[in-house]
Amino acid sequence: MEVQGFAYVPLIIGFPLLGLLVNILFGDELSEGGIGFVACTAAAASFVVALLTFLAVQIHPEGFEVSLFTWIRAGDFEVPAALLVDPLSSVMTLVVTGVGTLIHIYAVGYMRGDPRIKRFFVYMNLFLASMLVLVLGNNFVVLFVGWELVGLCSYLLIGFWYEKLANARAAMKAFVVNRIGDAGFILGIFLIWTAFGSVLYADVFPQVEAVNAAMPGVITAITLLLLIGATGKSAQIPLFVWLPDAMAGPTPVSALIHAATMVTAGVYMVARTHALYSLAPTSQLIVGLIGAATALLAATIGVGQFDIKRVLAYSTISQLGFMIAAVGIGAYVAGMFHLVTHAFFKALLFLSAGSVIHGVEHGEHSPSPHSPPLIGEGKGERLDPQDMRNLGGLAGRMRTTFIVYLIGALALAGIFPLSGFWSKDEILAEALQRQPLVFALLLSAAFFTAFYVGRQLMLVFFGRPRTAAAAHAQESGPIMLIPLIVLAVLAFFGGALNLPGVGALESFLEHTLGHEEAAEFNPLLASMALGLAVLGLALAYGVYRTRPITPRDRDPLTDWINGAFTWLNRKWYVDEIYGALFVRPYIWLSGWLANAFDERFIHDFIHDVLLTGTFVRVTRTLAQGVDLGIIDGIANGIARLTQAIGARLRWVQSGYLRNYALSLLLGVVLIVGYLLLRTRIGTP
Amino acid sequence: MSITPTVILFFILAVVAVAAAIAMLRSPNAVHAALFLVINFTAVAILYLLLNAPFIAMAQITVYAGAIMVLFLFVIMMLGAERLPLTERLPWQRPVALILSLILVAAFLFVALVPAAPGNPGQAAAPPPVPRDFGGPLQIGSVLFSRYLFPFELTSVLLLVAMIGAVVLTREDRRQATDGRRQTTEDRPQTAELASVLRPPSSVVTKEQP
Amino acid sequence: MNPTDIPIGYYIALSGLLFTLGVLGVLIRRNAIIIFMAVELMLNAANLAFIAFAREQGAVDGQLFVFFVITVAAAEVAVGLALIVAIFRTRRSIDVDEIHMMRG
Repeated sequence: MEVQGFAYVPLIIGFPLLGLLVNILFGDELSEGGIGFVACTAAAASFVVALLTFLAVQIHPEGFEVSLFTWIRAGDFEVPAALLVDPLSSVMTLVVTGVGTLIHIYAVGYMRGDPRIKRFFVYMNLFLASMLVLVLGNNFVVLFVGWELVGLCSYLLIGFWYEKLANARAAMKAFVVNRIGDAGFILGIFLIWTAFGSVLYADVFPQVEAVNAAMPGVITAITLLLLIGATGKSAQIPLFVWLPDAMAGPTPVSALIHAATMVTAGVYMVARTHALYSLAPTSQLIVGLIGAATALLAATIGVGQFDIKRVLAYSTISQLGFMIAAVGIGAYVAGMFHLVTHAFFKALLFLSAGSVIHGVEHGEHSPSPHSPPLIGEGKGERLDPQDMRNLGGLAGRMRTTFIVYLIGALALAGIFPLSGFWSKDEILAEALQRQPLVFALLLSAAFFTAFYVGRQLMLVFFGRPRTAAAAHAQESGPIMLIPLIVLAVLAFFGGALNLPGVGALESFLEHTLGHEEAAEFNPLLASMALGLAVLGLALAYGVYRTRPITPRDRDPLTDWINGAFTWLNRKWYVDEIYGALFVRPYIWLSGWLANAFDERFIHDFIHDVLLTGTFVRVTRTLAQGVDLGIIDGIANGIARLTQAIGARLRWVQSGYLRNYALSLLLGVVLIVGYLLLRTRIGTP
Repeated sequence: MSITPTVILFFILAVVAVAAAIAMLRSPNAVHAALFLVINFTAVAILYLLLNAPFIAMAQITVYAGAIMVLFLFVIMMLGAERLPLTERLPWQRPVALILSLILVAAFLFVALVPAAPGNPGQAAAPPPVPRDFGGPLQIGSVLFSRYLFPFELTSVLLLVAMIGAVVLTREDRRQATDGRRQTTEDRPQTAELASVLRPPSSVVTKEQP
Repeated sequence: MNPTDIPIGYYIALSGLLFTLGVLGVLIRRNAIIIFMAVELMLNAANLAFIAFAREQGAVDGQLFVFFVITVAAAEVAVGLALIVAIFRTRRSIDVDEIHMMRG
């Protein structure tokens, strides 16, 4: 339904685009603060419009479409550039622009002094615009455009500090793995068009029942293909390996893209296409299992990591697993709820980690505070501020950061009454009701979540500072702390969005996601989950309390689980397995194609030997054999023949007058004789 | 054809002419050869008379035998007697020339004496009679200055050119230095005397003193 | 005497004979002056033929032709002898066989 009064909706995308254009054109003349101001204002303006739109959707919960122009028209295939504003997309836009604005503000402080700060904010605004295209599109193709664009921004921002080869490699890894997922996604879109004859949501979703009856199995195929895309973008099994490496980017990037927004695109997509998934129970089960398995696997890996951002990265993968599992089993509202709360506390955690890193770097009195941080273990004399074994006792040094970080950590662990408790519990309740296997996996994951959260808290903030840098760590400035505080408030009170009984979010999303009888709030389950979380935290406290560990020490956990810790630390060797199974054979194949096939065969043999060789041989034959031999031979031969004849006949030119006279006489005699014969003797 | 005194005269003159010609060819002495040629010219001149060409006959004797042959004799005597080297450089020149000449003669005789066709005697017949004045100076002159006026004038130019040419060709080149001076006629002992005879007396050259 | 007794053919035959003798002279003798005289002999033979034909045709044009031949012969002899004299000055010989610079 098109409503003319909402023509301002495109401004949600328009403001970030305007911001990035201004920064591109005029950024060199602006100061750092000016650039940041432009970018943050653009994000904030977008948020304001998103709020207005939200209010409008309150009045029109059925949603409305805003058409911009017809993008593609090729025969039957028509794709408009149009936006769909409904509760689901409204929720997403609020999260993206709201959290996005806060992160932009934080980034102004975090990226201070970076020589390429202009480019950074251009990319960040571009990312906002791309993500908004993704969630606001009214058809699959526009969705895919946004999908690809955020992938591009992710690549650009992961590899932002490209001087370090490892960062560039991480960016490429992210892009390539994403691409694999995208291949599946686009096949799904093709199949949708083939089956439904259109790519518009408004055309596809009402027809789902009819198409399923006419072509059984097609829906399952479509949903599985779309799932492949979701596993790539949302870092699920088997395509999650890019996200930990993506931590090579600046921390605001990790917070915005790889925690709060881009990675949730897969969850959004499944929620948007719920009509398809509801009719494909096989796919639903697969989605749920993949989500749950990923949640558990990632949580265990998080336990064994030493890098502060890596822990958070695997935590993100794990929480995404929760969301995917939720929408997979049909608990769409629960999945969206957790998406929102996770955006709050995960962004909070990442930004706080950034604050910790900055504080420790300042404590180290490093010569250039904004040189790219080292990834991985410390190199030589340079202290790695991200290695938690180099930290410790920061609760005293960086008070505000500690407090906000604590709030985020407890929300992640699912402690009452923080937001994470409510959203995670809802998912667990739904899982218990619908898919017990999924429930079991998720519950286990929740335990490990609490454990690694506690571990991280102990290693970073408690105990005594283990290095001089940590001992001299400084608290960050207000421009970084204020967004943290805002996020902390949201993380604390965010549960209010969908308290059981009230269910504000659910009723809001009802129009889009359909009315499902939500699971009853199960106090018993909630208590059990809470107890499990507390247990996890307590265990972490017990293990890590007294033993300070430096990079040279073993992790205390190995006392209990011995060698298993190495498996956790080495991420169950997934990267190594992938490397052996896929990456190395592929590299070998492309190397072989390049060298043996292209270089040696095509180039050397066909080109050099056959083509060039033949050509050279032909021209050589022509040049030497024909040209020199025959043609020159003829020419020279004629010359030599003439010379020989001349040499033979030269004696006629004796030089003697009398000889010449004799020749004359001979000629005369011949002519006279001829004439005589003709005239006198021929005629009788 | 009957044997008339004209015929006899003709044959005598013919024999004389041919004999003189052959004698000219075989004579090693150039002066002798010149004189034999004079005899030949005279015989031919008389033959001209037989052919009703009195003016030409006289012209032949006056110009040809009288002037041209005298000029020949001048030069022969100026250049000295023929000094033939003993070696013959072209051994087969003479035989081949003789053979070809014989063929040529045969051709000529054939053309001249053999009738062209049975009913057409051609040159083998006697010539028709001509008027009495035929070939006389009056007739020659009238034709010469009417129909052949232009060639006549051209011929005068030709004679002038020839004169100039002869003078130029025999002129001595005095551009060279005294020692490299090309040989002049005076250098040759034989011609020195002749030249001194030909030189005008020095008294004419000297300027008269006022 | 009747000059019409003798067939013209005889004169032509004589002319041819004399001409051939002249040719022989050019071919056989080596003295440049003798060769020149042989050339004059040839010219003379041609003149004889002209006169004979003029007589046969009854046209005096043939005699006119002979007139011009004689004139031109005179000029030619003057130039030719001058040439021979000039050659003699440089070569000290009038043997035509000495002049073979145009040898191929």
